[in-house]
Parts: sequence; structure tokens; C-alpha cells
Amino acid sequence: MIEIGLTHYLVLSTILFAIGLFGVMRRKNLLLLFFATEILLNSVNIAFAAISHYYGDLTGQLFAFFVIAIAASEVAVGLGLLIVWHKRHGNINLDKMSTMRG
Amino acid sequence: MFEAIAFYLFAFLTIAMFYITVTTSQALYAITALAAGMIFISAFFFILGADFLGAIQIVVYSGAVMALYAFGMMFFDTTRDVKEKQGNKAIILGLSILAAILIVVIFAVPMVSNNITALYPMVAGAGNTQEIGMVLFTKYLVPFEVAAVMLLVAMISGIVLAGKKMDLSLTLMSDEEIEAEKNEKVRS
Amino acid sequence: MELYLYLALFSPLAGSLFAALFGASPKTIVAGVVPSVLLFVSFVSSTILLLHILSGGDAVHVEMMTWMATGNLYIPFGFVVDQVSVTMMMVVTIVSTIVHVYSIGYMDHDKGFNRFFSYLSAFVFSMMVLVMSDNFAGLFIGWEGVGLCSWLLIGFWYEKESATWAANEAFIMNRIADLGMLIGIFLVYWNTGTLQYDKAFAEMQHLDTAILAWMGIFLFIGAMGKSAQFPLHTWLADAMEGPTPVSALIHAATMVTAGVYLVVRANPLYDLIPHVGLFIASLGAFVALFAASMALVNRDMKRIIAYSTLSQLGYMFVAAGLGAYWVALFHLMAHAFFKALLFLGAGNVMHAMHNELDPFKMGGLRKVMKGTFIMMTLASVALAGIYPLAGFWSKDLILEVAMIEHHYIIYSVLLFTAGLTAFYSFRLVALVFHGEERYKLFGVHPHEAYKFMLIAMSPLLILAIIAGAFKMTYFEMVTQVLPATEYHIHSALTYWIMTIGTQLFVILAIAYAYKKYQVAKEDPAMEKRLCYKILINQYYIPYFYEEYLVKPYRELSTIFWKQVDMKIVDATVDGIAKTIYATGEKTREMQSGNLSTMLKWMVAGTVGLLSLAVVFGLAARYSDEIKVFLSGLGV
Repeated sequence: MIEIGLTHYLVLSTILFAIGLFGVMRRKNLLLLFFATEILLNSVNIAFAAISHYYGDLTGQLFAFFVIAIAASEVAVGLGLLIVWHKRHGNINLDKMSTMRG
Repeated sequence: MFEAIAFYLFAFLTIAMFYITVTTSQALYAITALAAGMIFISAFFFILGADFLGAIQIVVYSGAVMALYAFGMMFFDTTRDVKEKQGNKAIILGLSILAAILIVVIFAVPMVSNNITALYPMVAGAGNTQEIGMVLFTKYLVPFEVAAVMLLVAMISGIVLAGKKMDLSLTLMSDEEIEAEKNEKVRS
Repeated sequence: MELYLYLALFSPLAGSLFAALFGASPKTIVAGVVPSVLLFVSFVSSTILLLHILSGGDAVHVEMMTWMATGNLYIPFGFVVDQVSVTMMMVVTIVSTIVHVYSIGYMDHDKGFNRFFSYLSAFVFSMMVLVMSDNFAGLFIGWEGVGLCSWLLIGFWYEKESATWAANEAFIMNRIADLGMLIGIFLVYWNTGTLQYDKAFAEMQHLDTAILAWMGIFLFIGAMGKSAQFPLHTWLADAMEGPTPVSALIHAATMVTAGVYLVVRANPLYDLIPHVGLFIASLGAFVALFAASMALVNRDMKRIIAYSTLSQLGYMFVAAGLGAYWVALFHLMAHAFFKALLFLGAGNVMHAMHNELDPFKMGGLRKVMKGTFIMMTLASVALAGIYPLAGFWSKDLILEVAMIEHHYIIYSVLLFTAGLTAFYSFRLVALVFHGEERYKLFGVHPHEAYKFMLIAMSPLLILAIIAGAFKMTYFEMVTQVLPATEYHIHSALTYWIMTIGTQLFVILAIAYAYKKYQVAKEDPAMEKRLCYKILINQYYIPYFYEEYLVKPYRELSTIFWKQVDMKIVDATVDGIAKTIYATGEKTREMQSGNLSTMLKWMVAGTVGLLSLAVVFGLAARYSDEIKVFLSGLGV
């Protein structure tokens, strides 16, 4: 218990990932849904960093680095789209977005 | 000993923060909890000796991303609660946990079972930032540049999307509307 | 000689195809004349072949082409013209040519004129294949071909309910028998490895008697169906629904004798199993008596003749069963002539009487239909077996065979039947041609048939009279391939007593028939008797079949339809459709367009795929262990 190993980090990562997925499925507010996706990305980042550390390999850290870059772009584009949607429809409720309804 | 205490402390804090983020009905609480969670995550990076990544985490997430979200929230009427009635909570929870475990199992099992050798081992005697810089600008130069271009694209698209008159869609408008819009532009 | 063989075989087919060209068009005389001419060509070719065989030539054997060659199975389209088949060819071509010409007149007013000739010629072709084939498979093709044509022709007037019923009855009865025939053929192939007659029969000499007996029995079951032997006899009387020339050609002269031909053809087999032969002979004698008794009281002219045919077929089987194959074939030939003549005469009468079949409504037709009267009387005399007509030579010979073989019961049955034959034949003649003119009550004005029809019939008349004269020539020819057993009564005295006794008995029967039916009156007393009722109802056999075979079968079918087909087969098919439909209905909700729901489904799908990945990953990793485990389980 005292010695923190890779397993601990992986378990933590798993827990965070589960929380993130739970949020993704639960949230109806699009903005809050974005928050949940950030949690997903971060949980993975922890796993990358931990693996990188315990194997003495920098690849994991670099991967996490790129993940952060992607997350940043996703937020930029996603928020832009969200603003457009809000301007047109006056809400950002996921249930109201039913233009794909057959 | 210290490391263990730090790990458990931050693990608890992170989980708590993120839990609040996904469960609270107040958007303001959610964003605050998320920002706190991000910072706590950077603590893991510092513990793991990935100083550079920890710094990036704070700068990008707590600085840029959170600021963006905060600005975004100003556009929306976030004080209004979005009703989130759910069908079956157990299913959602079960699915999330199952998926998370599966993913970790798939990726972690080979690592635990096989002794993989480091592709880009830590360079002895150099700081973390220096190490990352050496690998990033040698082996990962092309992905790095691509990421840079992607960020640029994201920035431009963000500006364009959120910019003025972006609520109008030429493809969704009828000819008359487009005509009227043009005239208005000419007049002004 | 091969040319003549092919000519004899394929001319009828050409005629049939030619007539078929006009199948849908209104009556064209060409459609009748061309097949008749082609049949005459076939007849001439057969005659040339006959002369060739008679002059001591070898049997003509050709192999037209390979039909089946797979593994050890080799079946060619082979044809053989030997002493037996040439006899049958002559019978078939003579009778069919005459019937064709006759039909041009008989079917004159029928709207299916062209179709009729197409079917009739197709029948002749099938019959030729049947008799000329050199193997059992070819025989079976012809066998089925004549069955098909018989079905087409019995049901020729398909708008009549009774005709279609009779056609189906004939067809189904024959199918039952054909199953036996097929099993017999399979047995032959199974045990001898070939279907060629000569090789198969040579092989049979070394086989076990039990196996041979089964072969003989199953082949004979096939023969029973075609030749309408008891208990598959009911179709023949009902088959009289077809046009009369059909009855003359198919149901008197040729097709129904195919069974006899089969037994004659398979004589090496039946020689090895005399006990089966004895059974055949006993059955034949029984049918002879049985059918003749039904003919006694029947009030339908064509049915009387049909029962007579049945009875005569019984005679042939007696001869064949007792090993006197040449006698059977001889009677077959003679019978074909006078029975066809009788049927054609009946056709004339029917025409004259506007399709009236009840002889009690005729009478006195002698005056208006002189030609027909003479022909039918002579044919009846021949049938009754009066010296010196054809029937005497052939039928008395069968009686002698029975006597010499010491089967006295069969002999006495046949003798008694000969009397019955004479009686019902002349009952018919007396009712139709003599006595007062009862038809006037019904306002019918009978007329004689076309002259050319009578001329066409005349060769049959001549043959019916003189066929007996060819007995020795025929004997010498046929016995080159058939067992040559001469049947002579040892003591001349016995012979004369037998012959004269038979003749007297027959003449007495004729006289009694004339006496009883010269003045035809309904006899209510007789009609009330039990035996009359049994006979007029054909021993209640059709009733029995209807009640105890057809009805239970129909009920069984209904049960299968309602329970098995509807509830299992249909339900399965419907169930599949319904399942798919319901799946679609249910899963439609997945496509609600709600993004939140879609997200949930996406996660669910991801979980599913990941689980699969884990399972397969583990399986690939531990494949060796799994193999060991499975082999431990014995898989």
C-alpha cells in the first residue's frame, strides 16, 4: 500500500475514466458534456505519464503532450460550434438536437 | 512514504472534484471543480517526475481551456438548470466502469506481462524538460509541427465560428434572404 | 438395317412434334395425315426389320449414344431389334397406324384434333422406346412415357370432371406400381452391376434364388400396374373416359400389354424362379375370372370391353407365369388385333349413337351399320376363341399349357372364363346389333361411320381372322430367343376331347347369350340378387379404395396440412419474418435521433467490441492450452 506502483496509477486512471464516461452519458447540457470529455482525456494522460515513468520511456509523456494539444483544439472548435448553435437555437440542450431524427 | 501520502491525497481530491463536475447541476460548480481537478492532476505529473507535462497541464488546462470555457459560459444562460432525467443509472454506471476496465486491461496487460524495453529512454543527468525537448525535436518533430498546424486551424475555426454573423448559414437560407443580407451590407 | 431401326423408332416422334406445331390452332387435317403417314413409314420399317429377322438375320443392336456414364454406372441409349421386340414393334405399328387413320375420322368434329394426334404419336414413340430398348433404364423411360401419354389421353377431354379423375387415377395407380418396378431395377443393378438385358440375365444365373425372387416380384409389381392386374386394376375400366381410339390403342392393344412384355423380356429371370411364376399364373387366372365376371353385368359398352381386356391380360400372365413365354406373346399379338377391332367398332357405335354407352338403349343396329356389325361380330368370335379365328389358336394354347403343366385348377378356371368371355361378348353383340330398335325411343338417328374408317379397320379384321395361320412361322422365329417348349397333348384323344369340348362350351355360351339378350328386357328379379349387385359394383373394390384408402389418406393429408404444414413449416417461415420485423420495430427506437441515447449506444458498442478483443486476445494467447484442454475433453 505504501509503495506506489504502476498499478495504483492505472486504477486511478480507470476510476477517472469511468467517471468521465459516466458524465458523457449522463450530461444533457452540451457544455457540461465537454467537461466530461476533458476528464476522459486527462485520465488517459495520467496513465501515459505513469507508464512513461515506470518504464523509463519518454514516449508516454510525449503522447500525453499531444493529447493536451488535441484537447485544446477540440475545446476551441467545440466551443465555437456551441456558440453558433446557441445563437441559432437559443439552447444547448442535447435532447433538443434532433435534426438527425429519421 | 511521502509519495504515497501525496498520491492518495491527490487521488482522492481528483476523484472528488471530477465527481462533482459530472454530477452537479450548477454549471458554475462544475467548471470550478473541473479547474481544480486539472490542477490536482498536474500534481501526479510532478510526482511522476514529468515536470514539463505538469507545467503544460496547468498552463493549457487551467489557463487556456478553462478560460475558454469560462468565456463560453458567458454566452449561455448557464444559471438555468438543464433537467437531466435519466433512464437507468445503473446501466450507465455499469457501462462506464466496464468500458474503463476493459480499456485498461487491454493496454496494461501486455505491459505487465512482457518486459518491454524503452524506445526513448530517459537521458541520464538531464532535466525532464531537456529530455522532452531532445526527443520532441528529433523523433517527434513532424507530429509536433502537425499539432501546431492543427492548433492554428482550431484557432481560426474558433474565431470564424464564434465571429459576427456566423449564425447565418448561406446554405440554409433562401435566395431572398441572401439578397436582403447583401443589400444590408451595401447600405452599411 | 440400322436406318430402318431409327426410322421405325423416330418417325412417330417426328409425327408427334409435327402435330404439336399445330397444337394451339384449330383443326387442320394435315396434323392428322402427316403423323399417320409417318407411322406408316414406321410400320414399313418394322416390316422390313421383321423380314430381315425372319430370313435368319441377326438381331439388330445399336447403341445410339451414351446416356449416363458415371463411375461403374454405364447406361447407353441402346436399342435392339430381336425376335421378341420385332413382334411387339409389328403389333404396335400396325395397330397404331390403323388407329391413327381411324382417328382422323373419329375425331373429325373434336376441337382438340391436332393435340390428339400429337399425344397419340408421342405415345407410339414411347411405346417403341419401351419395346426396343436393350436395357432396363431405356425400358423404364418408355414405361413412364407411355404412362404420361396415357394420362394425357385419358384426360383428353379435360373439361369433363370424370375424365380428369380417371386420368389421375390411372396415373397414380401406375406410380404405385412404378415404385415396385424401380425397386426391381435397382435390385437388378445392385446385384448384377449392369442394366443391359443380356449381361444382367447372364449374371443372374449365378445369383441366390431369394434375391432373384425379390427382383422378379418387384418387376412384376411394375407389370401389375401397367397391365392392370388385381389389385391395381380399377384404373383400366375408368380409363374408358378417354376417346375410343385411345382405348383401342393404349388400353387394349399396346400399353397394357407392356407388363406381359416385361415378363416375357425377363424370361431368363422368371425361369430361375418358378414359384414366382406360379404366383403370376395364379394371379392371372384369378384376374381372368374376376374381370370376366364383372363384364357379365356391366351396362357400359366400353367398360365391358375393358374388362374383357383385363381378363385376356390375365390369360397372358398365366402363360407367361407358366413359362410359356412365346404363347403369352402370341396371345398378346392376336388379342391386340381383335381387341383393337372391337374397340374401334364400339367407337363407331358410339358415334352413331351420339356417345350413348348403354347397350340396353341400342339394339337392332345391324341394319344401319352393316360393316361395323360384321367386324364386331367377327372380333367377338375371335375373342371367344372359335375355330379358325385368332383367338382359338392363342387362347386354346394357353389352356393346353395349363393342362400340360398339370395346373388343373388354373385350367378349369380358364376354361370357365372362356365360357364367360363368349357369353359377355355376345351379350354385347346381341344387345347392340340385334333385337328391336330401342334407340328410337331416344330420338337417335344412327349412321354408319365414314367409309375410310371402315377400310382402315379392315386390316385388323383380316389379321383377327388369319393370325392363327402364322402360328408355326411365329413359333420358329420367337423361339430363337425364348424357351422353345412345344406344348402337345400326348394323347390325341385327350387333345380332341379338350378342343371340341372347349368349342362346344363356348358355342353354348354364345347361344345362351343370344337367347337371353335377343329380346333385351330389364330383369328386375336378377338385379335384386346379391351377386348381381356385387358384380355391377365391381366387387365393391372402388368403394373399398375410396372408403379405406382415399378417405383416410385425405384425412391424414388434412392433418398434415393443418398441423404440420401450417403450424410448423409455415409458422417457422412466418416466425422468421416476424422476428426480423419485430427486431426492426424494436430497434427503431435506437434511431431516435437523440444524441444522448446515441452516445449510450456508442459506449455499449465499444464495450461489446472491447470484450470481443479481450476474448480473442486471450484465445490467441492461450491457443495451445485451449487445444490441450479440448483434446482432453475428447473433441
